[in-house]
Formats: sequence, structure tokens, C-alpha cells
Amino acid sequence: MSAGQLPRWVDFGLIPLLNLAAAFLVSGLVVLLIGESPLEAVGILVWGSLGFGEGIGFTLFYATNFIFTGLAVAVAFHAGLFNIGGEGQAYIGGLGVAWACLALDRIVPWWVTMPVAVLGAAAAGAAWAFVPAWLQARRGSHVVITTIMFNFIAASLMVYLLVNVMAKPGSMQPETRTFEAGGRLPMLNDLLPFASFGTAPVNLALVLALVAALAVWVLVWRTRLGYAIRTLGANPTAAVYAGISPARTIVVAMLISGGLAGMMAINEIMGSQHRLLIEFVSGYGFVGIAVALMGRAHPLGIVLAAILFGMLYQGGAELSFEKPAITRDMIVVIQGLVILFAGALEHMFRPTLVRIFTFARAPSATVG
Amino acid sequence: MFETLILILDSTLRLSTPLLLACLAGLYSERSGVVDIGLEGKMLGAAFGAGAVAYLTASAWAGLAAGIAVAVGLALVHGFASITNRGNQIVSGVAINFLAAGLTALLGQAWFRQGGRTPPLPEGGRFLDIVFPFAEELRAVPVVGPIYAELLSGHNVLVYAAFLAVPLTWWALYRTRFGLRLRAVGENPAAVDTAGISVVLLRYRAVILCGVLCGIAGAYLSIAQSSGFIKDMTAGKGFIALAALIFAKWRPLNAMFACLLFGFLDAVAIRLQGQPLPGIGEVPVQVFQALPYILTVILLAGFIGKAIPPRASGIPYLKERT
Repeated sequence: MSAGQLPRWVDFGLIPLLNLAAAFLVSGLVVLLIGESPLEAVGILVWGSLGFGEGIGFTLFYATNFIFTGLAVAVAFHAGLFNIGGEGQAYIGGLGVAWACLALDRIVPWWVTMPVAVLGAAAAGAAWAFVPAWLQARRGSHVVITTIMFNFIAASLMVYLLVNVMAKPGSMQPETRTFEAGGRLPMLNDLLPFASFGTAPVNLALVLALVAALAVWVLVWRTRLGYAIRTLGANPTAAVYAGISPARTIVVAMLISGGLAGMMAINEIMGSQHRLLIEFVSGYGFVGIAVALMGRAHPLGIVLAAILFGMLYQGGAELSFEKPAITRDMIVVIQGLVILFAGALEHMFRPTLVRIFTFARAPSATVG
Repeated sequence: MFETLILILDSTLRLSTPLLLACLAGLYSERSGVVDIGLEGKMLGAAFGAGAVAYLTASAWAGLAAGIAVAVGLALVHGFASITNRGNQIVSGVAINFLAAGLTALLGQAWFRQGGRTPPLPEGGRFLDIVFPFAEELRAVPVVGPIYAELLSGHNVLVYAAFLAVPLTWWALYRTRFGLRLRAVGENPAAVDTAGISVVLLRYRAVILCGVLCGIAGAYLSIAQSSGFIKDMTAGKGFIALAALIFAKWRPLNAMFACLLFGFLDAVAIRLQGQPLPGIGEVPVQVFQALPYILTVILLAGFIGKAIPPRASGIPYLKERT
């Protein structure tokens, strides 16, 4: 270990924990500013998210969304790309799910519809990520800016489609008709005899999300493509020397990223809402950024971070019910602070820690 | 027809103003090499600060000052993360957007208990429209009258300030020493550093200027255009401003035209809602909403000219140490 380096457990354990602690400390200050007790708020939050079956169910339901969007951001991260477009890709992914479900729900059972819907979601999300990817790879336009633009274009497109094209006949609501049984994923409540998630919509998509996390791990660390992606992200020049085509790798990584983001729609549309509606993504795509940063772009970290954010979402709902002054916007604040401390300020504590650890090791070094 | 055109152009000016201010704000920051996708957040924070203080003090100027203070505060957070700590500028910008969206809604509800909005502003809390001398008398004069009375007169002070900021920015950027150094630090910070000028200080100044302009833009939304803050009232304007900045290729005069174009699209969309266009039929309003973003993507792809950002933008500067 050379000077200025830290042990692995500090790099991957202590620093993220310190960043997280800083984010929660500032969040506590915000709660104080509102005139409520942060400790009491934490108590309600934890109880609301883990204290009873239905709470756990909702926590897992939200976590499912965040695993998908977090993995999406992470795969792009490994290729050195920052995919801010998860929001738009998930939104368009909803189109794929809806098409599959609307076409099949009256003819076949759910287990026939599901693979088609998953493919539809992934294909639609990937397609929406393809244009920014292609533009980055071939024309050098920055993927961050284009994916932001594509989020807004997706929102406009979906409003147009839902109002003018896909709306349920005779309804003023901008949404499709409700899917029949063939277009609905089974709830975990019905699958597991011992589960007691109450009315929480946690469904089979959770299993799909965990499979996706495993698949991403295999892809990134155990395949040739994953090697190409990581090499490109670590050093684009070296990647070229290693015979990796940057353009091709950028496009493929973004397609996978967009596909994962799109699959979030499975959980919301086929698993819970059972119809395509306006703004069903409602920021989950952006949460993926915080989840990926906190999970350090590793699938295991992402699953843990997704559960934490699921707790924040469910516990936050409970909190705003108990303490009307602390609205659900508190989650957005915490999210911003997590992104700030775990992402933009990730190295703030580093110099101090390096000093502490070099100091601690110094005596043995002089003796040796 | 002429009257309709004047009315559309009039609302174009009003709708372009916040875009223009935010766009110029981004221009200072990005010309110094600090990418800023937190324009939206700074504008939203400023709109809230301005709305809240203007309500409490019944003074539009106090509101404006508060708006600027909030935006500069957020700009300093961005500066601390991306200049001092050399963090990822895009991640920091995203964080600021989240912080502003969350805090304004949360504090708005906690302090005013009106669903995240501030109460309607009292007398004096708003910037009122300035009517030019003889505007009413000249209104009857054909062509010149409506242009003078409707288009040029009758805006609030921030509208005029925004358009005045364009030549000022041009002058500051291309005719002052500060501007020369600012542009240099965005292209080649190492050279500026070698010349004995502090890259850090220069970038902080650019980021603060960005905060000031975002502050005015936000204040315009809550205490000039509307009468109070509404949750999420920026509604993507910060990102349109960012698009306009790219569209303008990081130049002040182009920025004005880009913002006027995007404002015009917005004005036309409002005007045309539900009305058929001759020869085309009814155009969905979403087309106009998406058009600035689509145009920007096409521009970025290099199909209509090429948008080349300042060379050092997005890259934190690390003075070499041995």
C-alpha cells in the first residue's frame, strides 16, 4: 500500500458511511429548522417502513423500482457515461409494457404476457437510450445533455400519446384501459403463503429486479463485454489500444442501461397500476442516480441502497401522515443531500482520512 | 393579424426573460469551465426566497435581494463541490436541483401551510409594469404606436434588466480583463495558472455571478411574472435555458436570440392551443413544448452547425503537486 492510499474497507465502507452520515446529519438539521424532532422523525420513519408487514411490502415495492433505475445508472457509470435519462427511458419503457399487456391480457395468462412485457419494456427503454448513445458515440454530443433533453421529449411524447392516441375511449383521463388478469403480475402476498404484506403492491417484479442485479454483476465482472465496458470507463485511450471499439461499447452500454431503466415500468405498470398513466415514473429515474452513487455502482450495494431509499419513500409517507409539517418532499431533500455528499463531495473526507491512516502507520514504517 | 403578432411578441419578451437571465448565468459559469446543470435548482430556490421575503416585507427589492442570496448560496455549494473538492460537476448540479426542489416545497409547506406555495404578495411586494411616457397617447398611431405602447412599454424592471444584461455580458466577456481571464480559464486553466492568476478564485467569481443572475431569474418568476411562489414553478425552464446556452454556442448575443426563439415557441404554443393552423391542421401543443429540446439535440448532433463547449468545461483543475 503506497502513500495516499487507504485500506479497502475504508474506501468501500468507511467513506460511503461517512458521506451518508453527513447527508443524514444535514437532513436532521432541516427537520430541526421545521421545528420537529429529528430523532422522533427517524423513529416514525423506521417504524413506518419496517415496523409492520404492509410497511415492509411498500418498502420492497419502492426498492424494486430503485434497483432497476440504480442498475441502469451503474452500468452506464462503468462505461464512464452518466445516464441522466433513466426517467425518460423508464417512461417510454411503460409504452412497451402497455403494448404487450393491452394486446395479450384478454387472451393469455400473465405468465405468457410477462416475458413479452419484459422484452417490450427493455426494448422501449433501450430504444430511447439509443439516440443519445449513438449521438455520443458517432457525433460527440455529450450524453448528459442529450439524455436530459430526451427526458423532456419523452414527457411531451407520453402526454401526447396518452391524451390523443392511447386514451381509454369515452374517458377524459389521460390513461389506457385497465389490464385484465392476463396483464397483471401476481402479488407476493398471493405467491408466498406466509407473507403478510397487506395491500402493498410488492409483486413478482421484485424477483425480476434481483435477477437483473445478479445479471448485471455477471455482465460487468465476468464477461468480455463487461471488461470492455470497464476498460472504456477507466481509460478510453487504453481501451482503444486493447482493441475495444469505444463507439460500439458506448452504444451497447447505453442500450443495456436504457433497457434496465425501462424494466422499472414492469413493476409500476404491470405489477401495481395495471394501466399506463401520466407520470407513473415520478422521479424514480432520478433516484437511480442517488442509489447508484450510494451503492458505488456495485449490484449488491445498489440492492442495499435501493432498500434504504425504499424505506425513505415508505417511511416518508408515514412520516408526512404523522407529522403534516414534514411533507414527502423531505425525501427529495435527503436524496439531494445523498447525491451531494456521496457523489459530488465523495472525496471531502478523504484527505483527512489519508492523514489519519498515514500517521497511524508511520511508527511501524520507521521501524521497518 | 398585425395585432396578434404584436401580442405574441409581447408575451415572447415576458417568457424569454427568465430564460435569458438563466442562460447568461450558465454562460458565465460554463465559460469559466464549470458545467452547471443546476440552473433549474438555483432559479427555483431564488423564486422561493424572493416570494417568501417579498411576502414578509412587502418589498419587491428585498425579495429580489433574498432571491439572489439564495441562488448565490446554492452556487457556492456547487463551487465548493466542484472547484474546491474537484467533485463531479454534473453530479453536483443534479444534487442542487434535488435540494432546491425538495427544500422549497418542504419549507414552503412548513412555513406557510398552503400546499407549498407562498401566500399572495401584498402591495409593494411585486415588480410592477413600467409604462413609458406617452405610451397611451401614441397607441393610436398605426404600426409604431402598438410597437411602442404594447411591445416596448409596459414591462417590469427585470425584463429590461435582462435584455440590458446582454450587452453588459458581451462587454464584460470580450472587453475587460476579467472577461479575458474568464474565457481563458475555461479553455486552458493551466495557462492561466502559469500566468500567476488563481484558477480557483476566478472560477468562484464566475459561479457567484451565475448565482446572481439565476437569483434575478427566479425572483422574476415569483415576484414579477406571478404574485407569489408556486411549488415547482420553474417547470424545466432551467433546462430550456441550458438548451438555449448550447444553442447559442456559449455567446451572449446568440443567447438572447436563442432565448427569444424558445420564448416565441412557448408564446405561440399558448396562443395556438386548440386552434387549427392553416394548411397543417391542429398541431398538438406538446410539439411546441418538445421543440426546444429537439432542436438542441439536432444542433448537438452537428446537423445545423456545431456546438463546441469551452474546452476545459467539466474538468476540475488540479494544480500539479509533487
